Amino acid sequence: MPARSGFTDVLFPRDRVRRRGEGRYQVRLRPNERALVGDLVGQLREQLVASTDDPSVRRLFPPAYADDPERDAGYQVLTRDELLEQRLAALDVVERTLDGGDLDAGEMTAWMGTLNSLRLVLGTRLDVDEELPDLDPADPQAPAYAVYEYLGWLLSQVVDALGSDLPPPSSDARRS
Amino acid sequence: MPIAGPPLQVEPVETDQPVGETDVDLDRPWVVIVWNDPINLMSYVTYVLQKLFRYPFEVAEKLMLQVHYEGRAVVSNGPREKAELDVFRLHEHGLWATMQQD
Repeated sequence: MPARSGFTDVLFPRDRVRRRGEGRYQVRLRPNERALVGDLVGQLREQLVASTDDPSVRRLFPPAYADDPERDAGYQVLTRDELLEQRLAALDVVERTLDGGDLDAGEMTAWMGTLNSLRLVLGTRLDVDEELPDLDPADPQAPAYAVYEYLGWLLSQVVDALGSDLPPPSSDARRS
Repeated sequence: MPIAGPPLQVEPVETDQPVGETDVDLDRPWVVIVWNDPINLMSYVTYVLQKLFRYPFEVAEKLMLQVHYEGRAVVSNGPREKAELDVFRLHEHGLWATMQQD
């Protein structure tokens, strides 16, 4: 798993996501970022609606039983539609709230899920390692890596905001 | 078993037992495993483990680091139905989770 790399955070202030009180948030993107995220959300929706078996989105529907195809088929039948509907609903929320405004916890969670889905799909396509390559800006893959980095930078801000509102730990949670 | 030759054919056997309920060890608990992947952020994985299982930060972070350094970690266990629900919630959050009998 990658830690957040420092350089993006040094270059760009982490000011896109704000927690405005308990369970209230704002996402404030620049116009070019709104256009980018909106475009990616549209692309992901198209791919998901077309097929959940396509290699480009299969990462969003992992197997539950790695060594038992029969049982896993049952799991997929039970869960695939629900997972798909949730992902599509989250995309709708992001699209609807791209321009700002107050978000509740559910909407902020939809942003988190969508940004993570986009990273999973893009990262799978790029076949990324934990350490990102030091690409020449002229490399044809450089823009895609930059988008991937941007999504991680934004996602980490959403995680920070939501992390402030986690319920207290369960008293019987396992201490491992 | 011959080394060469056609693959072994196993004819399906009909039984009266309901399919899927034939576990020999019904009592053996299932474990839910999260696997390392190169995409999910460390902070995100820690957050998800805190949120889904209400682990204290220190426990969630320890499990996250175990996934990171050892490639996998058992994050919950229990009867099959509970384990399957836990896997589903992890899948909702994009983590690579599987379940197996302990």
